[in-house]
Amino acid sequence: MDSVTSEQRQTLHSTADNGLKIVVVGGFGVGKTTLVRSVSEIRPLNTEETMTQAGETVDDTAGVAAKSATTVAFDFGRISLDTHNVLYLFGAPGQERFWFLWDRLFSGTLGAVVLVDTRRLADSWYAIDRLEHHGTPFVVACNDFGGPAHTPAQIRGALDLADEVPLVFCDARSRESSKQVLITLVEHLRTVVAPAARPVPQPIPEPTP
Amino acid sequence: MSRGRPGRDDSPDRLYTLTGGRSRAGSDAFDLVTLVVSESDPVPGMQSEHAAILRMCRYPTAVVEVAAGLGLPVSITRILLADLHDTGRISARHPRASYRLPDHDILEQVLVGLRNL
Ligand SMILES: Nc1nc2c(ncn2[C@@H]2O[C@H](COP(=O)(O)OP(=O)(O)OP(=O)(O)O)[C@@H](O)[C@H]2O)c(=O)[nH]1
Ligand SMILES: [Mg+2]
Repeated sequence: MDSVTSEQRQTLHSTADNGLKIVVVGGFGVGKTTLVRSVSEIRPLNTEETMTQAGETVDDTAGVAAKSATTVAFDFGRISLDTHNVLYLFGAPGQERFWFLWDRLFSGTLGAVVLVDTRRLADSWYAIDRLEHHGTPFVVACNDFGGPAHTPAQIRGALDLADEVPLVFCDARSRESSKQVLITLVEHLRTVVAPAARPVPQPIPEPTP
Repeated sequence: MSRGRPGRDDSPDRLYTLTGGRSRAGSDAFDLVTLVVSESDPVPGMQSEHAAILRMCRYPTAVVEVAAGLGLPVSITRILLADLHDTGRISARHPRASYRLPDHDILEQVLVGLRNL
């Protein structure tokens, strides 16, 4: 189904009040931006964050030259889900230096899509490791670059993927296919955040006067 | 407004000038997807980045969109936003899901939204 109106929306509803995040992570040229573009209602935009290895963002700029600063670029797109919820999709590089910034940029993310090119599976090992370590729920999506066919079992083996992590095949150039990847992730999140497994929600205490 | 590759050609001096050399106190409240809304119009004499933010945020606009629009790193953008927030010129709609697991209702709403794409 095509929704021209949502695709052409440039400004958010004035009632929009809840931003949500999903991160698409993967090696160079694996199709992250393509996937974001396929489902985004805006042209993907690019931005940067800079941080020292010590873990401070570089806003105290006097020390920039002295400390070794890491700058990472990432891009993002946007999907207005309804009049309140807005989903932001981030395309983030999977390489090591990027992970210094994960917490600062992506705390509170719903989950991640690890995009892989089956010709270069080893490129995604590091990202999968980090996501597992962080406890961020994720799915693995194999982007179809026309490489030799692998069975899901072969890919799971090569990635050492836990049974419960969904593995899907996609074509990031296709809106429908990219949309299915996101739906698979959110359905997976529902099982991870099963009602029984959740802590009982505590009311936020009112500030005492 | 300059829309080149953000950050790359920003000398530390320029960034220093923008933020008055302040550190990030107060700016941590701004998540990447906190939605910012202007509460007033730009006034003459205002720092140009502040004025640009007020123009950009007439409709809700995420922090990361503001950063991309300004062509500035996210951390610098957060400081500029904290300035405007402190003086009541913008309001901030923070994400409900940050720092805790998303609840089922939110996931359900996300699914409905995605299926309707
Ligand atoms: N055959 C094929 N090509 C694709 C697919 N997805 C993306 N591409 C192409 O692969 C190239 C890289 O895609 P990008 O979306 O730029 O990849 P990226 O992961 O954002 O790349 P970097 O940000 O540079 O790491 C582009 O030329 C795309 O058109 C796909 O599913 N199949
Ligand atoms: Mg890219």
